[in-house]
Amino acid sequence: MAKTHVKMNVNGREVESLVEPRTLLIHHLRENLNLTGPHIGCDTTHCGACTVDMNGKSVKSCTVFAVQADGAMITTIEGMAAPDGTLHALQEGFRMMHGLQCGFCTPGMIVRAHRLLQEIPNPTEEEIRFGIAGNLCRCTGYQNIVKAIQYAAAKLSGAPMQEAAE
Amino acid sequence: MPVIPAPFSYHRPKSLAEATALLAEHNDEARVLAGGQSLIPMMKFRLAAPEHLVDVGNISELKGIQRTGNTLIVGAMTTQHELQQSQMLSEAAPILKETSLLIADPQVRYMGTIGGNVANGDPGNDMPAVMLCLDAAYRLTSVTGTRTIKARDFYEGTYATALKTGEILTAIEIPVPPAGHGHAYEKLKRKIGDYATAAAGVVLTTRGGRITTCAIAISNLADKAILATDAAAAVIGTALEKPTLDKAIAAARSIMSPATDTRGTTEYRTSVGGIMVERALKCALARAKG
Repeated sequence: MAKTHVKMNVNGREVESLVEPRTLLIHHLRENLNLTGPHIGCDTTHCGACTVDMNGKSVKSCTVFAVQADGAMITTIEGMAAPDGTLHALQEGFRMMHGLQCGFCTPGMIVRAHRLLQEIPNPTEEEIRFGIAGNLCRCTGYQNIVKAIQYAAAKLSGAPMQEAAE
Repeated sequence: MPVIPAPFSYHRPKSLAEATALLAEHNDEARVLAGGQSLIPMMKFRLAAPEHLVDVGNISELKGIQRTGNTLIVGAMTTQHELQQSQMLSEAAPILKETSLLIADPQVRYMGTIGGNVANGDPGNDMPAVMLCLDAAYRLTSVTGTRTIKARDFYEGTYATALKTGEILTAIEIPVPPAGHGHAYEKLKRKIGDYATAAAGVVLTTRGGRITTCAIAISNLADKAILATDAAAAVIGTALEKPTLDKAIAAARSIMSPATDTRGTTEYRTSVGGIMVERALKCALARAKG
């Protein structure tokens, strides 16, 4: 099958590739671009471990063809920290509030939470839970994930915050 | 089980004319790709294996929400997320946003489109029942022209609709419901992201606290979304007193035929289907002004 030329901006870098039309975005990111932060969990649009940001939208990259992302701006977990390695407020929040245990869902959670905070900078707990409803975590029970996102929201808006997990 | 789609040729037309020409050329071997949130999973499981995929994501003619007189015109490629952001839609027909928020999860709603939801013919989708309640019409375009068909005439069965090979759903025309109308969409589901165990939509108007017009439709309780016309007729002229309500619920249950599946048995789903109708009626009546 003829390959299709695709060009996208991934974490600030312009990348051009030839992909088979049936290549899913998650496979393109992981296998062609070596970005293994986005995970393949369920492969059926349920778990959200493969979530990346595409043109300002959180998407499940197992349910998008790479050809659909032609011309897109993509951010993965690898693009969240500053170039000098300083953690993003969300990454710091997940660390400080123990927002992860096994860590498998974390890249998708953080990228999703990033978009959520762009749209609702100071979300209520209910808005956070509704906003991350497409991301499953089997370890934490979500309590500390919610706290981690609240930590990041507070830090990003300059509000006083709790220093560490209870 | 494979989760890699079968190979296909990919087309990304820039205009509706180009898209319909591609569909005419490839006929049964082509499928339209909208948001892909139903089609891509089906392709991964090889339940669908189109040889040609016509991605309509780049066609600006299919985007946008407008109001012309008393008709709302929603472009088929409007995503659920965009629909939720439209102040004009939320004010004119709030049942659309209310229902949209009950579909799938945030990621799926950023990609999934209103057109895909109504045209796919999946009886588990929520918007078809809402379109039945609102008496919407669908614009279907092919190389030979455009026709308009009522949502109430569109659905034939599971994945079977009046959409013909070569046609694309381009827009949905929704008559603006009267000011002060009451609405509700009640959906029972096991968890966020799930299809309905049972769901019901209601749009009604009242005068002096009595129901003057009413449409009720149910989702995932038959092989397609269906109007509960007898149930709606039973409540007209009433203020939803207990005997009336019981009669309407019984009439609605009599047309339900849900399969026994992981969401419950036929009996259970029919039982809760009646409860969804009851809740939607009560909620819509409470919201109505008139």
